[in-house]
Amino acid sequence: MRLASRFPPRAAPASPSPPAAEARLGRDDRAAETGKPPRSKHARLLRARRRGWRAAGEWLLERFLFLNGVAAILVIALIFLFLFRETAAALRQIPLASWWGATEADFDGNPVYVHLWQPNGDRPKYSLLPLVLGSLLVAVPAVLIAGSIGLATGIYLAEIAGPRIRGLVKPVIELLAGIPTIVIGFFCLATLATLLQNATHTQFRLNAMVGAIGVSFVIIPVVASLVDDSLRAVPVYLREAAYAMGATRWETISRVVLPAAVSGVTAALLLGMGRALGETMIVLLATGNAAQVTLNPFVSVRTMTATIAAELGSVPKNGPWYEALFLVGGVLFTITFLLNLLAEIVIHRMRRRLAL
Amino acid sequence: MSTATRRSKDAVATALIAAVAASILGIVLVILGDIFWKGTKAISWEFLTQPPVQGMTAGGIFPAIFGTVSITLLMVLMALPLGVLAAIYMVEYAGSGSVARLIRAAVNNLAGVPSIVFGLFGLGFFVLFVGRNLDRLTGKDLFFGQPAMLWAAATLAVLVLPVIIVSTAEALTGVPRSYREAAFALGATRWQVVRGVVLPQAWSGILTGAILSVSRGAGETAPILFTGCAYYLPRLPLAYLPVPLLGVRIPMLNPFDQFMELSYHIFVMATQSHDTTLTRPIQYGTTLVLVALTFSLNLAAIVLRARLARREVRE
Repeated sequence: MRLASRFPPRAAPASPSPPAAEARLGRDDRAAETGKPPRSKHARLLRARRRGWRAAGEWLLERFLFLNGVAAILVIALIFLFLFRETAAALRQIPLASWWGATEADFDGNPVYVHLWQPNGDRPKYSLLPLVLGSLLVAVPAVLIAGSIGLATGIYLAEIAGPRIRGLVKPVIELLAGIPTIVIGFFCLATLATLLQNATHTQFRLNAMVGAIGVSFVIIPVVASLVDDSLRAVPVYLREAAYAMGATRWETISRVVLPAAVSGVTAALLLGMGRALGETMIVLLATGNAAQVTLNPFVSVRTMTATIAAELGSVPKNGPWYEALFLVGGVLFTITFLLNLLAEIVIHRMRRRLAL
Repeated sequence: MSTATRRSKDAVATALIAAVAASILGIVLVILGDIFWKGTKAISWEFLTQPPVQGMTAGGIFPAIFGTVSITLLMVLMALPLGVLAAIYMVEYAGSGSVARLIRAAVNNLAGVPSIVFGLFGLGFFVLFVGRNLDRLTGKDLFFGQPAMLWAAATLAVLVLPVIIVSTAEALTGVPRSYREAAFALGATRWQVVRGVVLPQAWSGILTGAILSVSRGAGETAPILFTGCAYYLPRLPLAYLPVPLLGVRIPMLNPFDQFMELSYHIFVMATQSHDTTLTRPIQYGTTLVLVALTFSLNLAAIVLRARLARREVRE
């Protein structure tokens, strides 16, 4: 609503007003001043109509923006709905027990129970166990590596570095975060794998550890900046109290600041885990892609993400194999979703605790 | 514990932490140095401007550069208006209403979804569901229902939508409330406040988010694996639109064509090429081009944000 219309028109001043006051006067007042008749019914109508148009325009704009908001929600909701529809279809088509393992005849014809992901044979097998183990064999070492480096970097940024060093280190971390994952994957495949094999003499050049190191490069920036944020959220007076009691900087960090920020650090690790499980291109290039049940991180593995990426392009659509890949996607989605949810709850709790 | 031991313990711990933090610099230098060192050897004018030849063992990568640029442009065209307008609604109109809360929750959840899941969604929803149904409706045999640039761009647009919404919302909430109140007090309508006061202030923040989303989209591979990338496509994804009287044909981007893309090119050259050792220089060259592309975008975003921060300090 326009300001002028909210107030009744001012009465025309008897004497000419000083220039400063004149500048503040509305159009109607000036009209009154020049001796013209006060605003007619017609003019008032015109103005009301103009106001009506403007209000209508405002209303339309708001509806339009609202629709955009709803569209954004719909697009996002669509992914959830779609994924769950396909996952449900997979669960209907393939019996529950085959997701764990299947009975197969060995060379002598004796039945053995195997955990195999072999969706393309004449007796397809859909055990998720080798894929889940593969994902964990990459993600757990990756989080251990990235967790320690990221935690140290976060501590360094928040507690040790001065503003100038901080201004230098932060862009380096952003640089690392900005490298496309395919580039890191290619680096692992072409360079890191050979370096690592020369150092450790593993049987397979491409193995879970190569992938884990590659993935850790992706999550170091995530962990570092989240730890930095949560340490900086710890109130300064806690540190001042520790220093006042004669604690050294390391004692302040390890016994005061870190315990206060423990939930933030936990959340950082949880989010890092989610990223590690969801990473695709690095593991596709660097882990060797052999689906096997193992706990040894120095053999080739195949993660859930790599399985989808490697197989979806060539499967017949709407067959059980296709649906099985959607189920793998559904499992992956559920795990990362729960990790993110957990991280959010932990962060929320920290905010509440620090706000007292 | 004596003061001396505590002091030395402090010094050791500090040095250790600083050393680990410095190792990040080492990681970045090793990765980028390796790629730069081996990549520059492959880069030449021909490499940047010619299509691949001889079964992709020689020649250039121009179609891949062209494809990457065009798909990110298409993606921005789809995601930017929707994302920015949704964020404006969320921050300026909805306040803390249920729609705003829903957008926020959806965006938060979407940010953690693995990129390969977007690939699944892109193939299953855009290509097979939307595309095949469009084919049925228009009576075409198989036109919409196959991988194409349009679907790949749409998949990437869904992927970067949260990035755009979050950064726009941040830019908008960064504008002080007093500015809005002052404008309202002068009698401005809500849209006048948004257009005349908030957007001019938040403009560079929004642009920063847009650039970052472009850089993110240009570097993603998993979502486009099945939605439109071509292993080898020497021609550019163009359609020629004839102009009736002039007798010329204007080249236009054809969104229903497949395309080559830099990150996908790296992937196929590194894993599915006839001789991966022979094509290693091409792989390094392609990687260097991709890194240069995304980094110049990131750099632009960083510079823009730095300028923004300076301006805020001055004010």
